[in-house]
Amino acid sequence: MAATERHVRRRSQQPAPLPTPAAQSAVPGAVIDFKNVSKRYPSGDTGLEGVSFAIMPGEFVFLVGASGSGKSTTMRLLIKETEPTGGTIHVAGRDLAKIPRRRVPYYRRNVGMVFQDYKLLPNRTVYENVAYALQVTGGSRRDIRDKVPDILRLTGLSLKLHNHPDQLSGGEQQRVSVARAFVNHPPLLLADEPTGNLDPETSIGIMQLLYRINKTGTTVVVATHDVEMVDKMRRRVIELSHGRVVRDEQAGAYAARETTGEFAIRMRDE
Amino acid sequence: MKLGFFLREALRALKRNAVPSFAAMATVLVTVLILGVFIPVVQATTGAANEVRGRVIANVYLVRDADEKDVARVRNLLENDTPHVAGVEFVSKDQAYAEQRKRNPAAYEELGQFNPLPHTFRITPDDPDNIGKVRNALAPLAPGGGRTVIDGSIDEVTNREEDTNKILSVTRAVKLTTALLAGLLMIASVLLIANTIRLSLFARRREVEVMKLVGATDWFIRWPFVMEGMLVGFLGGVLAVLVLAVFKVAVVDPLAAEYALIAAPETMSFPLLVALLLGAAVAVSAAGSGLSLRRFLRV
Repeated sequence: MAATERHVRRRSQQPAPLPTPAAQSAVPGAVIDFKNVSKRYPSGDTGLEGVSFAIMPGEFVFLVGASGSGKSTTMRLLIKETEPTGGTIHVAGRDLAKIPRRRVPYYRRNVGMVFQDYKLLPNRTVYENVAYALQVTGGSRRDIRDKVPDILRLTGLSLKLHNHPDQLSGGEQQRVSVARAFVNHPPLLLADEPTGNLDPETSIGIMQLLYRINKTGTTVVVATHDVEMVDKMRRRVIELSHGRVVRDEQAGAYAARETTGEFAIRMRDE
Repeated sequence: MKLGFFLREALRALKRNAVPSFAAMATVLVTVLILGVFIPVVQATTGAANEVRGRVIANVYLVRDADEKDVARVRNLLENDTPHVAGVEFVSKDQAYAEQRKRNPAAYEELGQFNPLPHTFRITPDDPDNIGKVRNALAPLAPGGGRTVIDGSIDEVTNREEDTNKILSVTRAVKLTTALLAGLLMIASVLLIANTIRLSLFARRREVEVMKLVGATDWFIRWPFVMEGMLVGFLGGVLAVLVLAVFKVAVVDPLAAEYALIAAPETMSFPLLVALLLGAAVAVSAAGSGLSLRRFLRV
């Protein structure tokens, strides 16, 4: 798996993009630190209520719960699409409330985001969609020529380079979305219901991809309501219900040393 | 490199959104065309109105037996001591006689050598609206009605009141109407262009949202749109100018050559008009794109 190794190397070569002043954060070294976070929408609906948890670097965490339990709200808070009405959120030691609007794009470049509806640019090819994430950061043409084919190989899209999103299956579109989220090698990858629109077999493929990305050292947070999948993955699970954390457990049989291949076999067997 | 990238993005968007872009371009074309015709028309109308207003004068008739010394005194009085006077023209008895005789030879045949006409000063005011003030200065209203004159040798001061008032009110109305129309047209064009651009942007608001989520800064998203607007404005403007040029060469120039009258009022030179229209088209389109994008950038 040469592509993966190259990515591990790139991840380690990158100077830590988000400095981690431990003093600011209650949980030292945490990538994500939610402290008593509440979100109340103007309509009166409650998104979150006093949610606290911390996620350490390199973790693979599932955020589960029924629809309306606050998963998506959590995700939207993490990319600063909305602001919490109470509590503080630290990402890599930085208080999100203190990032001015002007700086938000720069913050988002350090957070990869995968959406249920893929959110690809419809009139760009697969290659251009992924390249856009690099162009945004001012990546040079050489940089793009170098990184994009590589990440597309990692996600298994080498043959679909010049297809437009509407010529791809759902699973393939989601792979493009993952590739785009990961091409900058962000230290944190968020996935909001990445398998929500996909069949079980395709879902395993996407999960496998996220697992592989996690193996390169990237922290991965996946919001999902697919309980069966979560049970099979045996990773840390944070369950939300009506905007509160009702369960936060490290899965007992945590097979951290598992290779991606073994992981896939286990996923399909059980 | 950045500029090239933005330009490529703008061209791609133009190609991809051919129909809305064409609609925006057509809007610019029509608007510029209307403005291109209207601006010279307004200028010609105003010029004509000003010319008519230039004919507003007051006549100062001297008494019949005024001599050289009286004439010099009154001229001095008019030129130096009367406010709002722009020009003084002296028409002597003999000149007036010759003029009138030419105009109506039969009537003057009867008079023979007898000249009933007085010396006259024709006064042009600095502003046609001030004609009344000039008259009042020279011949103040007397307490008992009628007028007195400020100098013994002045017989009467007239300003052909009816004509003057008519000219003043008509030209004022013409100027006001054209200014109002021009203003309305300007507002309509800006709204029309902004609306068309807005529509084409609305179709792409999802795209903008995705760009923001990937971490693009506002200006990184905005520049291609602004350039696209500039390109659309420029294309529309150029087409409109071409149509205008054809119209000018085919219709206006031959007419102007045949009837000197049409060329008479001062209008803007054609190159200046073209530059102005193109500049306005590009600026309005670019600003329209950039500003319309604002509400979609709030992600």
